Amino acid sequence: MRIRIDKDRCIGAGQCALTAPGVFTQDDDGFSTLLPGREDGGGDPLVREAARACPVGAITVSEDD
Amino acid sequence: MTDLTELSEPVAFPQDRSCPYHPPTGYDPLRATRPLARIRLYDGRPAWLVTGHGLARDLLVDPRLSTDPTRSGFPATTPRFVAVRNRKPALLGVDDPRHRTQRRMMIPSFTLRRATELRPRIQEIVDHLLDEMTAQGPPAELVRAFALPVPSTVICALLGVPYADHEFFEAQSRRLLRGPTAEDTQDARDRLYAYLDALIDRKQRQAGEGLLDELVQQRLSEGELDREELTALAMILLVAGHETTANMISLGTYTLLLHPDRLAELRADPSLLPTAVEELMRMLSIADGLLRLATEDIEIAGTTIRAGEGVVFSTSVINRDEDVYPAPDTLDWHRPARHHVAFGFGIHQCLGQNLARAELEIALGTLFERVPTLRLAAPPDEIPFKPGDTIQGMLELPVSW
Repeated sequence: MRIRIDKDRCIGAGQCALTAPGVFTQDDDGFSTLLPGREDGGGDPLVREAARACPVGAITVSEDD
Repeated sequence: MTDLTELSEPVAFPQDRSCPYHPPTGYDPLRATRPLARIRLYDGRPAWLVTGHGLARDLLVDPRLSTDPTRSGFPATTPRFVAVRNRKPALLGVDDPRHRTQRRMMIPSFTLRRATELRPRIQEIVDHLLDEMTAQGPPAELVRAFALPVPSTVICALLGVPYADHEFFEAQSRRLLRGPTAEDTQDARDRLYAYLDALIDRKQRQAGEGLLDELVQQRLSEGELDREELTALAMILLVAGHETTANMISLGTYTLLLHPDRLAELRADPSLLPTAVEELMRMLSIADGLLRLATEDIEIAGTTIRAGEGVVFSTSVINRDEDVYPAPDTLDWHRPARHHVAFGFGIHQCLGQNLARAELEIALGTLFERVPTLRLAAPPDEIPFKPGDTIQGMLELPVSW
């Protein structure tokens, strides 16, 4: 799984970290970022829910390419 | 979906709720008209009402809808909103790119991690207030004893506003959000503005430890924020930081007391609390009527929203879209409520949502744990709640135990 975060678009709502806390966190500036070692989503089924929860569509999830 | 042309007369919006946790029964025709309906605002002006969940999510991220109330033709749901449009707004009343700059200054203070770090402090505040309430009662008036002071104390600590001034700013916020006249609301806004302006003066002379102190030291002095903008930011953070959460605590408590089975379920399994808070947010939808102005024509849902038309989002109707939430009028801790729009959606989605969730989980969880026999001290239908043209919640909540 490939996860892309558009930090330019991110508003720091934290919905991703709330929905899939095993994959997403917020950096010191409040922007969404992936937890170390979880860059591929680690098979977490909540990754797609987190992308859907993002209020600005900053997260895109695709299968490996 | 009902054909829009079938509605002969647009429904008036907003209307008062008849039950404080359900949308007004007068919205039934709107609930039957998804995803978009026509409404008539208090001044007779027609506007669009977004009623469908999917369309709401699409339109709330659409940059062709502005939230800037100083734009000509911006819709209003009460004359009070019009009365305070003569000063520069901040955050919610500002479009990108300026909004983006302001929001980015705020987000480090409102992350999920920051809210988690504040939990022990919130717990202390909640415990202290419940110690006082149980020492002095029963009975108690829960809005004054608990629902209001919890978020008010928390936002004061976060911003660096002296809690000693809470009676003043709470009174002005009340008048700002539901003053008897537009003049009264404007006077409250001016008093609050003058208070925050003087507070910023003091912080320029001597810095404290709150977010406002940081903004004064790092942003105002560097010229990234001007004085008027900083004062407007302070006002929205202070007002939104206590009024909204206070309403969720009071109305959430009322709702739980009228759903004893759901309350018992929650007591038996406190791990349900986070999902229960989301479901209460969905069900109560206390900020019901988010306002936007179309700045360009928008072709959507088989129609055209014309530039200059007002667009209103009824969160109570959107969050009960039965295509997304089956049996939407039923409180259910086991439904996935998370995609509700009670905090809004798009670039203006509530900045304080993580803090609000922490406050609600701790306040409601601790209240029912510490006061297990809590009950209403008046007949439920005699307890006064707020009119439809402001944030929804209880005006008073007499309780006993």
